[in-house]
Amino acid sequence: MIDRRLLTNIDWMLAGLTVVICLLGILNIYSATAPYKVVGAPYYIKQFNWMLVGMFVATLACSFDYHILEDLSYWLYGFMLLLLLAVLVVGRHSMGATRWLDLGFFNIQPSELMKIVIVMTFARFFNNFQAIGGLSVKDLLFPLAILAVPVLMIIKQPDLGTAVLVIMIALSMTVYVGLRWSAVVTFTLVTIPAAWLAWAKLLRPYQKNRIFDFLDPERSRLGSGYHIIQSKIAVGSGGIVGKGFVKGTQSQLRFLPEQHTDFAFSVFAEEWGFIGCLVLIVLYLSLVLWGLNIARNCNDRFGALLAMGVTAMLFWHIVINMGMVMGLFPVVGVPLPFFSYGGTSMITSMVGIGILQNISLRRFMF
Amino acid sequence: MKEQRFVREITEAKRRILLLSFVVGAIFFFLVLRLWHLQVLNADDYRSMSENNRLRFVPVAASRGAIMDRNGKVLVSNRPSFSLAVVPQEVKDKELLLNQMTALLALDRADLADRWEKGKGRARYYPIVLASNISRDQVEMVEENHLRLPGVEIEMKPVREYTNGILAAHLLGYIGEVSEDELNTKAYEDYNPGDYVGKNGIERALEGELHGTDGGRQLEVDARGRVLRTVSESYPKVGNSVVLTIDSELQKQAEQAFGDQAGAAVAMDVNTGEVLAFVSNPGFDPALFSGKLPAAKWKEYLEDIRHPMENKALTGQYPPGSTFKIITALAGLEDGKITDTSSVDCTGAYKVGTSTFKCWNKHGHGYTNLKKALRESCDVFFYQLGERLGVDAIAATARKFLLGAPLGIGLANEKGGLIPTAEWKKKRFGTRWYHGETLPVAIGQGYVLMTPIQMASMIATVANEGSVYRPHLVKRIVDADGKLLKEFKPELLAKTGISAANYRLVKQGLFSVVNDPGGTGAMARLYDVRVAGKTGTSQVVKMRNSKTSTPYQYRDHALFVAFAPYDNPEIALAVVVEHGEHGGSAAAPIAGRILRAWFDGKKPAKKVLEKPKAVQGDEDGEEAPQSPQEDGASEDTPQ
Repeated sequence: MIDRRLLTNIDWMLAGLTVVICLLGILNIYSATAPYKVVGAPYYIKQFNWMLVGMFVATLACSFDYHILEDLSYWLYGFMLLLLLAVLVVGRHSMGATRWLDLGFFNIQPSELMKIVIVMTFARFFNNFQAIGGLSVKDLLFPLAILAVPVLMIIKQPDLGTAVLVIMIALSMTVYVGLRWSAVVTFTLVTIPAAWLAWAKLLRPYQKNRIFDFLDPERSRLGSGYHIIQSKIAVGSGGIVGKGFVKGTQSQLRFLPEQHTDFAFSVFAEEWGFIGCLVLIVLYLSLVLWGLNIARNCNDRFGALLAMGVTAMLFWHIVINMGMVMGLFPVVGVPLPFFSYGGTSMITSMVGIGILQNISLRRFMF
Repeated sequence: MKEQRFVREITEAKRRILLLSFVVGAIFFFLVLRLWHLQVLNADDYRSMSENNRLRFVPVAASRGAIMDRNGKVLVSNRPSFSLAVVPQEVKDKELLLNQMTALLALDRADLADRWEKGKGRARYYPIVLASNISRDQVEMVEENHLRLPGVEIEMKPVREYTNGILAAHLLGYIGEVSEDELNTKAYEDYNPGDYVGKNGIERALEGELHGTDGGRQLEVDARGRVLRTVSESYPKVGNSVVLTIDSELQKQAEQAFGDQAGAAVAMDVNTGEVLAFVSNPGFDPALFSGKLPAAKWKEYLEDIRHPMENKALTGQYPPGSTFKIITALAGLEDGKITDTSSVDCTGAYKVGTSTFKCWNKHGHGYTNLKKALRESCDVFFYQLGERLGVDAIAATARKFLLGAPLGIGLANEKGGLIPTAEWKKKRFGTRWYHGETLPVAIGQGYVLMTPIQMASMIATVANEGSVYRPHLVKRIVDADGKLLKEFKPELLAKTGISAANYRLVKQGLFSVVNDPGGTGAMARLYDVRVAGKTGTSQVVKMRNSKTSTPYQYRDHALFVAFAPYDNPEIALAVVVEHGEHGGSAAAPIAGRILRAWFDGKKPAKKVLEKPKAVQGDEDGEEAPQSPQEDGASEDTPQ
């Protein structure tokens, strides 16, 4: 499958950045879960195992020529819609939402996979769509439709974080392809009433609360605004050099909810301070820029779109998660890639890295 | 043209990527700015917020389940007590606080510091217990000096209350703080330092049932300790109650019967194995162990030559002495070595080779058959029988009674006694079994050892003619509302397979022991119930000069096993009086008193009107008013 010649082209920068961030994440999970009473394998060990699984999946994802994905993308899209439908009908209910599909031997979260599939679908559509001078309103109708169907299904679960991410990924790719000014204006005019409608009809009370809390955390200091305040206290109290590994009072006293998953970065920020955060942010920035660089060096349009979309997926995860932890965005369930505890996030992100590696490997083929 | 457009498009795409890179860089830069804002510009504010950010945990200890006797009488319950605790996160100056506590509360500083150290490991808002069961004065002192003792709290915990004082202390056991060793084991993984656990007896054996689940409230408080909200709350779950098979009235009478003498008694229901009384004398005060045991008291317990802390009924292993003749007799009858008419001429001693084995009666018993041999406890009869049987045949019969191994009464450290065989000796000492060693075994000396539980079980099995029931102490477990959770049914461990006819022959002898002239167990006789039994005297040291000069610890143990009523046995018991010298004079009267108490206790149930009773036990049988009809023949000479 893999041409020996390809092996010499392995993108070590991409692989290296990923592994370093993963290891930092595992170290941080060790600290974040230190105050937990754990039954069975500790979280950091499990995360390490997920990293190994992820690396295997990434290897699979770069073992075939990525052009196959162009042919497969619509099929995959259709298949994903079926899975999302299945979730709504027979999904596993947990923590107030139905996001999981129980396959007997393991559970999958189709909305996570949808992030990757939407990238492929959009890449295929834009690859075959020549729009001189940018996309017009009419050109946008089809992509809007293929976006709206899964997004509505995901909101229905409800999983606001993933829905927002899928929209952001699609939007990024669209902007990258280019829009006419007329389309931008129309789009804005349509979005505002649509947003209002979504607010009134689609959002659950707890989702609205989260947005209110974000706008004014003091509003419910001990209610759901608690997360934002505690997270900001954790990050802020870290100071320049941090409180030290496994010494964060916020995290070790377990003020932070979900501190090993969505709020893992706040534990890191508390314990490693501004300097530690700077290092981590530079690592993430390098990863994103490197992804864009792969898109830039790719000599076919589908590959460039694919690389750009995958990079956008990683980018938005990073920005939304960090923004949430720092109190810049409302609390939505978006994990920090390679850093938050969890198998699904690890696998999805690693598939993305595998696809980037795939494109990078074959950059000289044309 | 197409080529040209393709190139132009690629260039355009590359330009856009570059543009996006700048956008990405800008957004990341914005994140860094935000971090700068939080972690550098406002770090001090957030730091003080994080320091004032407090959770508090207010534990609510669960009450331990009660322990009751078979009639539902409460033997152990709870009363509130106070403990001194400290919340580490509230403490700024640990040394100063320790000094303050030492000065104000008259507590040992090193002890407090030690417990503080050991209590670490949980989140700093969990209180650490530094002293348990503190006095009301100390509680008041803490309340009055609250400002000088920041972070110090008083917790209320239920502690054990022993309704009947030291009754059945060994059986009930006591509770104490969970030890470090215990905390490191799987069974105690949910426990925290300062928690009380059963240390022995029933308290320990049924810890899992009795303990219950502690609850507590997790509170969020501000810097001044004002409660902002309850984060989570769990209610304590009261432990389950244990209903014992013990009859507390019988237990009390049995303990009193011992007086100052050291020893043990086990009384058992012949048909179920339920233990009705479980005595180890002298007792101790279990309540003392809930708090800090006064050193003087502990010293007193340790130095008492009668070993009050030892559970003699459970762990005491004694040579059964002549009570073991029951086994030897049954072995002889079953193996056909003797019949009820076989007779031996006892001259007061029996020679084997160069050794002379003495009978306890140096004048000899003359011609002696089985019944007489049991009644008068003739040693020579059993020497000769033992010699003919051999040690392994005796051991085989003992095994049918499941002797030589713990019976599984359900308490920790139950001992198994010892039933020697030739093979055992080879393994243990590497030498073969000598013929002459069998003779002491035949009369329950030599290597033979039995626990009071085993003695009681043995005589119960004789009484019911062949069923070995597991002796058990717990009748049922009920929850706090009295709902039945678990019931312990009689458990048949084995059938001896010995013929009923042979049991009857032995039982006739045992009846004779108590009721016939010349019987060694006359002091266990009751005027209204037919009692059968066997005395035993077991040697502690081989050679003695005269009784009066023998120091206490070298005197013989006195034993008595009995069952009653003879015709329809319901209760079996074994009594051991340590260094009591003679079974007939020291142990038999105690057995008599226990049986008296049992049948008196049953009277009101049988007869509504009860006659006043001035006399007790065996001494004045004839003077007793009227015997109940069913037991009317008890004073007659047996058949």
